[in-house]
Amino acid sequence: MAAKTFNIPTLMQGLPPHTACQGCGHGIAGRIIYEVIEEMGMSSNCVAFHDLACGANMLFAQKGNGFSGAHGRAIPTATGFKRTRPDMLVFSYAGDGATYSIGMQHTIHTALRNENITAIVVNNTNFGMTGGQMSPATLIGQKTTSSPKGRTAELNGNPIDITEVYSGMKIAYLARGSVDSVANINKTKAYIRKAFEKQMAGCGFSFVEIMAPCPTNWGMTALGSIKRMQDEVLKLYPVGEYIDGGAK
Amino acid sequence: MAERAIMKGNEALAEAALRAGCRFFSGYPITPQTEVLEYLSWRMYEVRGHMIQTEDELTGLHMLLGASLGGNRVLSTSSGPGFALFHEGMSYLCGCEIPAVLVDVQRLGAACGGIGVSQGDYEEVVHGGGNGDSQCIVLTPASVQEEVDLVQEAYDLAEKYRNPVIVMTDAIIGQMMEGVTLPDFKEHDINKYDWVYRPLKTNEMGKINAGWPGRSWTEQAKHLREKFASMQQNEQRWENVQVSDADVVCVAYGISSRVCKEAVKKARAKGVKLGLIRLVTAWPFPEKAFAEISKECKGILVVEMSIKGQTVPDVKLATKCGLSVYGYFSVDIVPDADIVVEIAEDIIAGTAQEV
Amino acid sequence: MVKITYNAARCKGCHYCVNACPKKCITLSGDTNNAGYETVKFNETECVACGSCYTVCPDYAIVIEKED
Repeated sequence: MAAKTFNIPTLMQGLPPHTACQGCGHGIAGRIIYEVIEEMGMSSNCVAFHDLACGANMLFAQKGNGFSGAHGRAIPTATGFKRTRPDMLVFSYAGDGATYSIGMQHTIHTALRNENITAIVVNNTNFGMTGGQMSPATLIGQKTTSSPKGRTAELNGNPIDITEVYSGMKIAYLARGSVDSVANINKTKAYIRKAFEKQMAGCGFSFVEIMAPCPTNWGMTALGSIKRMQDEVLKLYPVGEYIDGGAK
Repeated sequence: MAERAIMKGNEALAEAALRAGCRFFSGYPITPQTEVLEYLSWRMYEVRGHMIQTEDELTGLHMLLGASLGGNRVLSTSSGPGFALFHEGMSYLCGCEIPAVLVDVQRLGAACGGIGVSQGDYEEVVHGGGNGDSQCIVLTPASVQEEVDLVQEAYDLAEKYRNPVIVMTDAIIGQMMEGVTLPDFKEHDINKYDWVYRPLKTNEMGKINAGWPGRSWTEQAKHLREKFASMQQNEQRWENVQVSDADVVCVAYGISSRVCKEAVKKARAKGVKLGLIRLVTAWPFPEKAFAEISKECKGILVVEMSIKGQTVPDVKLATKCGLSVYGYFSVDIVPDADIVVEIAEDIIAGTAQEV
Repeated sequence: MVKITYNAARCKGCHYCVNACPKKCITLSGDTNNAGYETVKFNETECVACGSCYTVCPDYAIVIEKED
């Protein structure tokens, strides 16, 4: 008898390999989300609203309900759905480009309305699918295809830290996780669980940012990208719980 | 029991949407559409629906897309510059085949333009529904009663074809008060359609819909061509007024068509045989209406409150360029029935200039 | 006893598992799969089924079962 088994969630079993690059953090982020969903017994009662591009890589890595809408619009689309079917677990899944650039108005106003949905943002500090351009979350000094000499505050502005943006806002939950290590992955999974539980308890808007590597566009090996996360990225964007609000 | 009331066009439209079962509105204020949003801000909650005043028009469209995916009947309304922000969402509604009812209460001019009445959005709404071969059905009410009737019908059409339907009205129809008969409330079951996202049964695969087809583009193109052809064949709507013996036939919609109706009466009273084809659908364009035109007809007079005369190319196509087309384009002033009659007389006399 | 099911065909050769294993029982196999990625091999005898390799694997190539 198997006492202890590590296997991917039922909703992800029996599918062909997903389309993310070698070492991409989306694979891990997607898996822990569906682990939480399965552990909560919500596998048949959830809908994922994906962004386009790398944010949509996980759409076909699972067998539950999923929708991929316009770039940057996953959060409002999830909002409309949740208002219609409040008993279902509804989350958006997008990258830093979608959430902090083209969709920033939704990132702010959904929090102001304290909308009862969960937004999950995989932040790899660049636009992945289009080939590694600078995003609002790109670090100062980081070279991208649209900041070839490295981002500077003078030329490109400063990177966005969502925990500063949401500081003082009356939302249900804000946490930042990371997929760089076993410890952080387990922590991130706990954050996602808490975010989903708050949603199902009707507490309001929950937001989990997941820091992830993008070896392809960072121009690094997979293991090199993990080292960069630990040496640079997580120093600017530290892991932790930032807002832990009560009932709505 | 049907209910009689005197209502503003915009408010009647909002009430009619609720009575059709709409329980989700997401939109943004803009003159001359704002009464819809204001009315629904309190009325929607009386019927236990959701009304969200969004951060912009674009958001409104993506929000209602999500609500429609969950099976709700949905509405968003705007005007001119705000409607311009609908296009991303319209393209997604078309591409993902999600029903929705949208409204453009037309205002004046490009850019900010003006808040007064005009009909300059025809090409944008009828032929420019969004990137990538998207196409909406477009209904054009000419009275407050017709706003009510067409909004009701719009929901059935949207669901029949899984396609957005646009009610293209204007600042006067939207703002004026008229007597209306309001229909009874209809219940809409959010689980009515198979394509709606809902909790899964045991071992049921989830639904996946996305901004790209889940099949080859060849198959997708075939499917959409057939769908659009079916709309064109079955959904043309129009009103012909004394067309069969007319020497001159007006073509108009919305506020301009009301003036043309008066012009037909005035012209007939003085022996000028004027007729009117009033568009009720602008897409599909009611080509069938033109079959009634007699061989003796001297020409078609397009009456429209625009700069370019945007209906003209569709009229020429509908008549296979077989008739001379003339125009009376009054932009920001409601057309004058007497001028319509004068131009008709010039057409008959052979002194009018074709467009 | 620990049983590791490694689906080498899914592996994209990131070697996060090699890096994460506290017992150092995952090593490079020297082989490549059909997609051209360098795969890994497992020493099941040393494995304590902590799940670290499963946890960091972005491509769902590893299943671990521990029998009592």
